[in-house]
Amino acid sequence: MSSDVRPGEPAVSSIKMIRTLAGVAVISGFLIVLTVKATEARIETNKREALEAAVFAVLPGATTQATFELRDGAFVRVDSPTPGFDRVYAGYGPDGELVGVAIEAAGMGYAGTVRALYGYDPETQTVVGLQVLESLETPGLGDRIGKDPAFLANFEQLDVSLNEAGDALANPITLVKAGEKTEMWEVEGISGATISSTAVASMLDARSAEILPLVMRHLDELKEAR
Amino acid sequence: MPQTKAEPYPDAFIKGLWRENPVFVMLLGMCPVLAVSNTVLNALSMGLAATFVLVMSCALVSLLRRFIPKQVRIATFIIIIATFVTMVDFAIQAISLDVYNALGAFIALIVVNCIILGRAEAYASKNDPVRAVIDAAGMGLGFTLALLCLGSVRELLGFGTFLGFNVFGPHFEGWSVLILPPGGFFTLGCWLLLISWMNKRKARLAESEAA
Amino acid sequence: MPTTESLPEIFLNACLINNFVLSMFLGICPFLGVSGKFETATRMGMAVMFVMLVSSVCASGINWLLIRVGAEYLRLICYIAVIASAVQLVEMFLKKFSPALFRALGIFLPLITTNCAILGVALFQTQKGYDLIQCIVYALGAGAGFTLALTIMAGLRESLELADVPDVVKGTALTLMVAGILSLAFMGFQGLSG
Repeated sequence: MSSDVRPGEPAVSSIKMIRTLAGVAVISGFLIVLTVKATEARIETNKREALEAAVFAVLPGATTQATFELRDGAFVRVDSPTPGFDRVYAGYGPDGELVGVAIEAAGMGYAGTVRALYGYDPETQTVVGLQVLESLETPGLGDRIGKDPAFLANFEQLDVSLNEAGDALANPITLVKAGEKTEMWEVEGISGATISSTAVASMLDARSAEILPLVMRHLDELKEAR
Repeated sequence: MPQTKAEPYPDAFIKGLWRENPVFVMLLGMCPVLAVSNTVLNALSMGLAATFVLVMSCALVSLLRRFIPKQVRIATFIIIIATFVTMVDFAIQAISLDVYNALGAFIALIVVNCIILGRAEAYASKNDPVRAVIDAAGMGLGFTLALLCLGSVRELLGFGTFLGFNVFGPHFEGWSVLILPPGGFFTLGCWLLLISWMNKRKARLAESEAA
Repeated sequence: MPTTESLPEIFLNACLINNFVLSMFLGICPFLGVSGKFETATRMGMAVMFVMLVSSVCASGINWLLIRVGAEYLRLICYIAVIASAVQLVEMFLKKFSPALFRALGIFLPLITTNCAILGVALFQTQKGYDLIQCIVYALGAGAGFTLALTIMAGLRESLELADVPDVVKGTALTLMVAGILSLAFMGFQGLSG
């Protein structure tokens, strides 16, 4: 520290200024590193717990989960996610059997990006649950996509089975008006929040068409990794 | 404002709460006030986070005030403030991710909250640490108070809840506009209106008493 | 997660849909302080836009560097330091090469350091994971949005000067109410992103 700088001195040399700034920078660096080290473990736990809670919420029956990253066309099990890689979360039941796969989807809603996590059951080839992770939709209108029980019920048994070749969805997920649902792959929209509900349906459709063929092809890897 | 060395401790504390309330009277730090006051919980977390940064920065600035050359004081202050904000940022992540996600980038933006730099420059750099801390605590609580004033109005009328508890029963239709950005402007405008009306009334009463 | 937005979308998003002043509440202080006169508002807007662009590019570089070194926790300190120095540099540069512009913008430049919209741009672009080109477009959009909000407000306030309003409403309360109505109008742009 620059303890020899006397206050009230008329001309302060630049060395003294630099010394003061360096001293303050050292203190601040010390404090920040201290905080980072002290909170690191806790933040890691919090993030993992939040993710686990979301995965378990969209995959009823799952008790443990594992993260897989898509590297060179194959799913690789990882402990902590690396940014830049596409990933899915596999959920396992109490006996170690694969209950389903949780997949993240994102798309443009009414006011900004909507991110959601949905559970996929490879056995029945259906979506079994959905949770909105992040949205900027209008409170009271658009944000019902994350709260409205009738809307969320759409995603408890939504058909996303693949076509015979196994490279695309047999039926695209489509949005219909409330009360007009006739097929297993249709999503009933919320009246008054059409744009937000459309966003959810179309991001689910796009994401499923992209990742489900891969999941089905590599299902054994996901099952065995347990 | 003139800073006399002999300002009594209670006065240094109380003035921040009301007479020189940073938000309602000095109109400083409006950005977080408007942005994160849509629920009481957000308002409270933001207020406490800012108060912590304010108190800690002012304490450190006041301790170091004799060593900091005048020419680089602003840069030094900003580094000190940014340090504490980074600490708060990590602390909130460790305490509750939900709160962290709700406040978003506004925790980091405490750095440019003019209240903090303003108090560091105008008060802490000229007074002893004890006074600086008391002054900072007063200002911080005043800021929190203002946030709560806005937060409670917006949450009560917008969601019909207070701290998440339902107040008006299940059939209350929320007044959505208050949760949305315009609601922030309207609510703060109304509070300022109320305060200016009260001040005018007090001035009128004092006048008629004098006459 | 890399973003999928196209460049025009980013611009519209920053400028109108999520206008920095009216829907994200960044840069309220200059918005209330300098929106009294149309002339000054335009100049302030320009200055902010310019500094935003410079600091956004610098922040994008710094972020890349920090990620490579693995010191993301120093991001905030680095950003604020970069912005403060960017403002200084811009000031010196203008003084030397364009004295006329310097005289026009000069007094606003130091104020800009503590304008949260500038830091906001740097933080949000990091959060959204934009690359360099996207950052530039985002900063331009945010700056244009800021200028737009500031000039509209200045125009309204100039007209309000002549209006006969009750004594108690005069001042900031009235400005905030007008800003609220303006913000309500800007919410109409939200549908654009659908």
